[in-house]
Amino acid sequence: MSEYEYLLEMRDIVKSFPGVKALDGAKLLVKPGTVHALMGENGAGKSTLMKCLFGIYRKDEGTIKIEGKEVSFTDPKDAMENGVAMVHQELNQILKRNVMDNLWLGRYPIKYGLVSEREMYKRTKTLFSELEIKADPRVPMSKLSVAQRQMVEIAKAVSYHAKILVLDEPTSSLTSPEVAHLFKIIRRLKENGCGIIYISHKMEEILEISDEVTVMRDGKFVSTDAASDLTIEKIIRRMVGRELTDMYPPRDHDIGGELLRVEHLSARYKPIGDISFSLRKGEILGFAGLVGAGRTEVLETIFGMNEKSDGTIALHGIPLEISSPSEAIEKGFALITEERRATGIFGGLSVLENTCISNLRRYRGKSGLLSGRKMARDAKWAVDAMKIRTPSLSTPIKTLSGGNQQKVILGRWLLTKPQVLLLDEPTRGIDVGAKYEIYQLIIGMAREGKGIIMVSSEMPELMGVCDRIIVMSGGRIAGEVDGKNCTQEEIMALAAKYV
Amino acid sequence: MSEEINMKQEKEPTGFLSRKKGEWREFRALSKAEKKKRIIEWFLNNALYMLIFVFVIVVFIYNQRFLSFDSVVNIAMQSASRLLMALGVAGIIVLTGTDLSAGRCLGLCACVCASLLQANGTANKMFSGLSFGTWLIPVALIVSMLIGGLVGAFNGFMVSRFKLHPFIVTLGTQLILYGLVMWYVSLGQNNSAPIAGLDDRYLDLVTGGFKIGGVKIPNYFWIVLAVAVVMWFVWNKTRLGKNMFAVGTNPEASAVSGVSVARTIVIVFALAGILYGISAFVESARVSSNSTATGVNYELDAIAACVIGGVSFMGGIGKIKGVVIGVVLLQLVNAGLVFLNLKPEIQTIVKGAIILIACAIDMRKYIAKK
Repeated sequence: MSEYEYLLEMRDIVKSFPGVKALDGAKLLVKPGTVHALMGENGAGKSTLMKCLFGIYRKDEGTIKIEGKEVSFTDPKDAMENGVAMVHQELNQILKRNVMDNLWLGRYPIKYGLVSEREMYKRTKTLFSELEIKADPRVPMSKLSVAQRQMVEIAKAVSYHAKILVLDEPTSSLTSPEVAHLFKIIRRLKENGCGIIYISHKMEEILEISDEVTVMRDGKFVSTDAASDLTIEKIIRRMVGRELTDMYPPRDHDIGGELLRVEHLSARYKPIGDISFSLRKGEILGFAGLVGAGRTEVLETIFGMNEKSDGTIALHGIPLEISSPSEAIEKGFALITEERRATGIFGGLSVLENTCISNLRRYRGKSGLLSGRKMARDAKWAVDAMKIRTPSLSTPIKTLSGGNQQKVILGRWLLTKPQVLLLDEPTRGIDVGAKYEIYQLIIGMAREGKGIIMVSSEMPELMGVCDRIIVMSGGRIAGEVDGKNCTQEEIMALAAKYV
Repeated sequence: MSEEINMKQEKEPTGFLSRKKGEWREFRALSKAEKKKRIIEWFLNNALYMLIFVFVIVVFIYNQRFLSFDSVVNIAMQSASRLLMALGVAGIIVLTGTDLSAGRCLGLCACVCASLLQANGTANKMFSGLSFGTWLIPVALIVSMLIGGLVGAFNGFMVSRFKLHPFIVTLGTQLILYGLVMWYVSLGQNNSAPIAGLDDRYLDLVTGGFKIGGVKIPNYFWIVLAVAVVMWFVWNKTRLGKNMFAVGTNPEASAVSGVSVARTIVIVFALAGILYGISAFVESARVSSNSTATGVNYELDAIAACVIGGVSFMGGIGKIKGVVIGVVLLQLVNAGLVFLNLKPEIQTIVKGAIILIACAIDMRKYIAKK
């Protein structure tokens, strides 16, 4: 019925940044009414390719055709007016403004020269009831949970009635029921003939929702296949370009005596209460739960970032009073935060500075000034021990891949000689190959007798790495399962206990 | 089905009163401890106003004339004369910027206004060939707004095109404007003297007015009031206003939502400049003798007033109401210190301290509790 086979054709796309060729002959062909997964490791060029489509970047070479007609968008506005909408990987929201201001930003309904709030409210309500989203349009964005914000962002993209919808990691902070909700929306859009480009690291999701899968590697096109012909192993093999025998390294660490005991812990301003658990030397303890279950808050409270209202924290049987992160570090704790870009790395600073930043007092020389030699020695150690791939110690950390950034942060904390490592989503946004290396490092640390608490939203990861898994629900501990012999269903049931 | 839901929900939280009523009902349903917490929270959130209230009472006890009708009207008029600039600067602060050139910009505009509106027969009239006529009054206002707008647009252009921080840009333009105003006052017959001898019709239009309770309310008060109302609409009900808050909070998000960030910045700066222009038209008549010193450091008071009024330097937060309150509070403090008969040096120190305390109290609201 249509004279074009593909809704979107991107061929031979080349895009260079100073020093890097981010895209080198990328290709993507999307048929109407399909979900097309775009896969590749971090840095493979998926987001760059989408930004070229959306007019955020200008491509250097290549052609982009929509419905058979060649296009070249100059800015996002241009793209949106021509039927392309995008949910960005980084949530791009105006947190201080309310939900409907965010939804209609850039295209406010105007009446008599003024913005019509009434019209906005009406449209928002209609949109939300269509998509079955529960959120008050008048509430400031910052009052919503991250998952709700993500759903609003998706609603916003849908509301453009675009022919092509790009979803870049739309489920990074969604829980399973919300993912199911999203998939329902996607299927409906698909029926309406919309082409959906779906970028995600979650393999199970990809296989469930997509019709076709395009794999990219190093900015180049690798393959396009029907999803039904693919397995997780096949996709991974294409993404990394080599065999990955197992997703998780062998667990060969020994568990010793009790290291940390937390009893009846509650926080003053955060909704967690009566948290009790113990951690042994050389043990990897997982924390599972839905987004908002309070896992991050537990780590932050132990680390002195949140004010404790009740309970005790004892290390080696000695109760501790920790009221700030610097005290926690002194006592032997280390926290790797969830939001690497916001609270982990110092983007513009070098690998060396990022490695040594938590430990500067140790590098003071006789003169009272910092000794560059000592710092370089430790940074060198971190690069070797963590197998960090960086051109040099003076390279700004923001130019490294996510996996290598995370390894720098791990190295930073190991230099403070911690006894307890608190890892909050240590592999978020890291590609498959690098994840394996991070797991190896975590298990290596356990082997050295450190106690490790690991929060993760990826259940297979917890089951693959942890010795025990504590499941949180609604700010409380819902139960505990054995890391090696448990099922995802058990964890899910516990996670929903106090919701 | 979904239609039905829409119909029902559409009606619910529209009116201000019904919203307040709902809040009250919600409050009553809370537990005792929770109620106590809410009340304490309310006191802390309003600490700034209570502090000022206490200050006013203290000054009043010391000197009852402080709250006499005269004095109150005087404070209100002082505030009005400062408000226009504060409204302009506030928009720029919402964009996470600041404007150090506002005072000099006002100075230049005021000198231009004055030079166009000197009475015939004034000794050393700057443009001796220019014979005064009533038609010159609106011309002067428009020229003043135009100059302000151009200066603002230039600032905005430099900020958006070259990604310079407004602090740096306006630090530069401030000097350029100073140079321009020095050059301007040397023109014609003026020979760098203060530009005075303004025509009575102009002075009358701005500073004249009718009496209420024996105290004259000058016309410029109504001008300022009208501008403030217009600005309220601009901030809350127009695309520009909403885009301004969006860009101030998250420029990247605004860009990917199809907002032209550069255009928004230029327009907000230009609008601020236009407000300085109007302010200059008023100020020129108020001071009646304009020189290179007119307007100097006005921007510092304007910025202080904005911050006191809760316009956050973090960007994206601020209300017209807040700006008005900030200007009035600052003026109240200024006047109060005079009534307390403090030495000028003490006055200055106290004023500085009050600004710091006010902002510290206000900031408390935004610090996330950990």
